Amino acid sequence: MRVMKELLRQPVALFGILIVLTVVIAALAAPMIAPFDPDNQMFDGLSLEGAPLPPGGPFLLGTDTLGRDLFSRLLYGARTSLIIGLVANGVAVTIGLFVGIVAGYVRGFFGTLLMRFTDLMMAFPALLLAIVLAALLRPSLWIVAMVIALVNWVQVARIVYTETRGLVERDFIMAERSLGAGHGRILFLHILPHLMPTAIVWGTLGIATTVLLEATLSFLGIGVQPPQPSWGNIIFESQSYFQAAPWLVFFPGAIILLTALSFNLVGDALRDILDPTQRGRG
Amino acid sequence: MAILFIRRLVQMALILLGVAAITFVLLYALPADPARMIAGRSATAQTVANIRRELGLDQSLPVQFWSYLSNLLQGNLGRSYAQKTEVATLIMARLPATLTLMFSGIVVEVVLGLTLGTIAAVRRGGFVDRLVMMASFVGVSAPQFVVALLLLYVFAATLGWFPMSGYGTFSHVVLPAATLGVLGAGWYARMVRSAMIDVLNQDYVRTARAKGLSSRRITFRHALPNAVLPVIAMIGIDIGQFMGGVVVVEAVYGWPGIGQLAWQAIQQVDIPIIMGVTLTSALAIILGNLVADLIAPVIDPRIRTR
Repeated sequence: MRVMKELLRQPVALFGILIVLTVVIAALAAPMIAPFDPDNQMFDGLSLEGAPLPPGGPFLLGTDTLGRDLFSRLLYGARTSLIIGLVANGVAVTIGLFVGIVAGYVRGFFGTLLMRFTDLMMAFPALLLAIVLAALLRPSLWIVAMVIALVNWVQVARIVYTETRGLVERDFIMAERSLGAGHGRILFLHILPHLMPTAIVWGTLGIATTVLLEATLSFLGIGVQPPQPSWGNIIFESQSYFQAAPWLVFFPGAIILLTALSFNLVGDALRDILDPTQRGRG
Repeated sequence: MAILFIRRLVQMALILLGVAAITFVLLYALPADPARMIAGRSATAQTVANIRRELGLDQSLPVQFWSYLSNLLQGNLGRSYAQKTEVATLIMARLPATLTLMFSGIVVEVVLGLTLGTIAAVRRGGFVDRLVMMASFVGVSAPQFVVALLLLYVFAATLGWFPMSGYGTFSHVVLPAATLGVLGAGWYARMVRSAMIDVLNQDYVRTARAKGLSSRRITFRHALPNAVLPVIAMIGIDIGQFMGGVVVVEAVYGWPGIGQLAWQAIQQVDIPIIMGVTLTSALAIILGNLVADLIAPVIDPRIRTR
């Protein structure tokens, strides 16, 4: 509650929350809001020469190269982006939490091994890895989500690891231990709750990264496959046409930017509130 | 010092080995079949099997990896499946283009980031500060390919100031470098700002101010050099981001670098090239971090004593 109140007090965070809410509502209510079927290649959606229609008229944001309504496709694309954002980032944060906690708590050989593996992943060119995986697997919504999760957990793991190591040294953990608490009890009841702020912050900031990564993969044609609309593949489909129909690139582009920006703003404000030591440090 | 250096080298070699192993296993496990790709759609099962044997793909994973590794240790990255050329030759031919792009991009983002971050820190809390912070947020949230297309649309297609694509002259590098640099500058601006704020709050800055030095002299001579350290570390990390980012930027601008080479190879399941580019990128990341760690004590003598 306190967090919510403080969030709403910051104009920038409020702006972010409003945009995020708009995207969520657009995604949930897409069938109700969308004026047309997103996959319907309409005859009157193209000009007489067969070119896509510019914004205005019955088609609010114009049509794409196949005569489909851009606005409807963007609405349904919000579903794709949010599902991937939530699933991929949820999985990434979960893996990161698990690896970070275990490596920070267990230490010893196993902990070192996990951390060395994490270091190794840091040396991987993440986007290149994602591109290779997505291109060589048969791309689908879930594959894309898994690929993104696979390259995005590393950062979370590192941060959680550092925090867990700090927590383990604290007196209240030692007190628990001397009272005879088991490892499971200490991990889940005493360490995990302290990591929640980190998980929440990264759960929010990570969605921005995920949305961008999904859009990039789809833009390269190896993400979510048309006709299923995604903001990235709308641009992919109309890229070669973008000089004649720039709205097909710049509307989805602006929406990707706004969405990522909003999640970043909210995440950053959350970090300020949940971790006062970081306040104002950008 | 020497022992530390040797340890570091061993570490680097181990990381490269790890990257090679993971990539190799992933490429082996993925469903894409290079032999079928080379043979073409209409090839008989016999042809595919022949090609597979020729490339050694019929052997078990450990055997294949061992032969790759022993070649690698002799500096041999193997031959491309599709182009029948040495992978090392292909990469070396493309590397100058990518390095040019990367270097220009880093120059743009460091200059832009340092300037904006310093201004924001000096005017902390004011309008300019908020504007810079907001702009930096937009920078880190903008999809690279959209910015690339936007710049292309405005400055190449509409205004005609720069060529649409290609490589060779200075005007070719402006838009790709701006794409990489403008977006990356957001991170630098934020980091420089926060480092500068830390430094400006320190006692020696107050002393300088009490001595009556001009605020310009304090900012540039006293504070800024101490705020540069995180930037150096950031450049090291940044090289990793660049190695992935170039695939997208090179694709949009038709830039003939290793990003394009990789992209082509991925579509042809040309495993030796994919391996080669991944290893080159990993090496660039590791070297970037190493150089950053080596420069840090030169700039900040306090690190040397630790």
